[in-house]
Amino acid sequence: MKHSVTNVVIGGLGGQGVIKASDILADLVFSAGLDVKKSEVHGMSQRGGSVSSDVRFGANVFSPMVPPGEADYLVVISSDQVPVNQAALAADGVLIDDSKIDVSKLSNKKSVNVALLGVLSKHLDFSVDAWMAAILRNLPEKLHEVNQKAFLLGRNG
Amino acid sequence: MKVLLSGDEAVAAAAYDCGVELGTGYPGTPSTEILEEFDHLGGRAQWAPNEKVALEVGIGAAIAGGRTIVTMKHVGLNVAADTLFTAAYEDMNGALVVVTADDPGMSSSQDEQDNRRYAVAAALPMLEPSDSQEAYDFTRIAIEISERWNVPVLLRLTTRVCHSKTVVNPSGAPLPKTAKAYEKDIKTHVMLPGFARLAHKRLREKLAQIAQWNEESGPTRTVKGSSALGIITSGISFQHVLDAASEASVLKLGLTHPLPIETMRKFAAGVDRCIVVEEGDPYMVEQLRTAGVAVEDKASIFRFGEFNVDRVRRLIAGDTTPEAPPVPGKPPALCPGCPHRGIFETLRDQKCIVCGDIGCYSLGTLSPFDATDVACCMGASIGLGLGMRLTLPEEQAKRVVSVIGDSTFMHSGITGLVEMVYNPPPSGHVLLILDNGTTAMTGLQEHPGTGRTLDHSKTGKVVIEEVVRGVGVKNVHVIDVVANKEEFGELLKNGLEKPELTVIVARRECLLAVRSIREYERANETQCN
Repeated sequence: MKHSVTNVVIGGLGGQGVIKASDILADLVFSAGLDVKKSEVHGMSQRGGSVSSDVRFGANVFSPMVPPGEADYLVVISSDQVPVNQAALAADGVLIDDSKIDVSKLSNKKSVNVALLGVLSKHLDFSVDAWMAAILRNLPEKLHEVNQKAFLLGRNG
Repeated sequence: MKVLLSGDEAVAAAAYDCGVELGTGYPGTPSTEILEEFDHLGGRAQWAPNEKVALEVGIGAAIAGGRTIVTMKHVGLNVAADTLFTAAYEDMNGALVVVTADDPGMSSSQDEQDNRRYAVAAALPMLEPSDSQEAYDFTRIAIEISERWNVPVLLRLTTRVCHSKTVVNPSGAPLPKTAKAYEKDIKTHVMLPGFARLAHKRLREKLAQIAQWNEESGPTRTVKGSSALGIITSGISFQHVLDAASEASVLKLGLTHPLPIETMRKFAAGVDRCIVVEEGDPYMVEQLRTAGVAVEDKASIFRFGEFNVDRVRRLIAGDTTPEAPPVPGKPPALCPGCPHRGIFETLRDQKCIVCGDIGCYSLGTLSPFDATDVACCMGASIGLGLGMRLTLPEEQAKRVVSVIGDSTFMHSGITGLVEMVYNPPPSGHVLLILDNGTTAMTGLQEHPGTGRTLDHSKTGKVVIEEVVRGVGVKNVHVIDVVANKEEFGELLKNGLEKPELTVIVARRECLLAVRSIREYERANETQCN
């Protein structure tokens, strides 16, 4: 059962682009024709508190929430939020946090979220073109270039 | 064409596709996005001052023959409950769908009440979607039921249905309107006792017919599995069940009031073990047991919080080992530079006893402010403060301050203010109205005090200080605390020392909203010229 669905949890603090990153990922896999569910909690958590978003995709997805301890990938935008989200990760899951990229090479620090999607992309079977298209669809035009670069930094790092 | 939508967006899309003529409500997580999306799609959507008024506008529109949707969070239905119960007796000519968005686990609420209880108490049909596709389909069914039986219909969402994005294939098909034209009919539209006695009987008859329809052709789903384990479920719990117990037979209800009891009885009889997996209250369990259907209930620990796949697995296994509390994350906080900050620092430093209210400024309760003493529900700050003033020893009573936001004041603070003038405590009272020009916590919605409608265009503006003076308060001050923190401290101190009524309107726009507010103002000016 478990391997028919890929589970990704994205964590961080309100305002760091957790939900934007999960929007991009969900859009990518949806455009590839897969079933996908994405879930998070809005509201008070947006006032700078801890936020996490679950994305599940595969042939057929039921619960929109990643079961605890079953995330194949845990993407954490600020590493201080790793302990808060650690319980989501499977024993053989992959942790992707901001230590995986050279943050000083980002022209805009707010694009860490997309840079980490670049790291995630190395583990998933979608083309760079498909990723780029999903990024562009989910961001305003003035942010396109900086986020394309951020994605490639993560992807090629 | 398939699309990826949140449950809220799917409800809005269905309302739009079905030709709903009016959407009204009050913002509240997790329901807020429904009306915003309905507006975005081109529907007529408007914020009301509160849920009760929204429902009344919706009933008026439905009696007049319109298709209407009224949205609110679960606790909003408490505010609208008086209206709801009698609306159930009155015949809707058009359609009235009341969306209640419940918040099991209280991700952004003060309680986790289960509003399926309202369906029973008010004797109204209720639909519960489990994903965005059903949110779309059930909105349409709700309109059909409402028009067929001339009855308001409750559509109950929960946080994970509202805010999860799932794949939807919208039919997009138009829904032919069956509404009668409005004609005066006092027997069905004025609930004098003589008419209401008959109306109650009609309502019960409608419910019996809807129950029969639910048995025969309701939106019930069955998943064939092993006869060893049968699970009865509804809403988001269904999705968790499919992951947690792929071997089980499942009966999943869509219309959860009135329940198709005979269908459920038959299902339970066909399996060795039948357990009800329902988030929140044991609502279906109680209904089934009353009807003489033996089913297993969840252990009491699963009454609390929201479900996930792991909890549902343990629920089914009867595993009641204490659950490890989640690792605490960083709590939310007032934004750096938030205009509320200086106010709560002053309240803390002056050792006030603070009766707070619902909004971002609830965060004044937490460190480093630790300012708020008591809070309850929307608009309660004023009444709570007056009660404390009347009861505490004088030295403490003099330190009591009520604190309410601008949108919450419009929602249900004005009647509290009337009470303050009508029954003033001997020590007087001090009310702070924090006017940041938006409904901030729910995501920057307009309200009657902003002078702009849901879509940010210009409209009549209710001016807070004029309301306060109009009600009869003499000491009314308006101040920008960011620019004049010391002066604010003096005003507060003077107010607390006098046995009089003082209202201080602290006006400074929310940092997150100020740029958009300027844009709306510019756009509205251009349009007016």
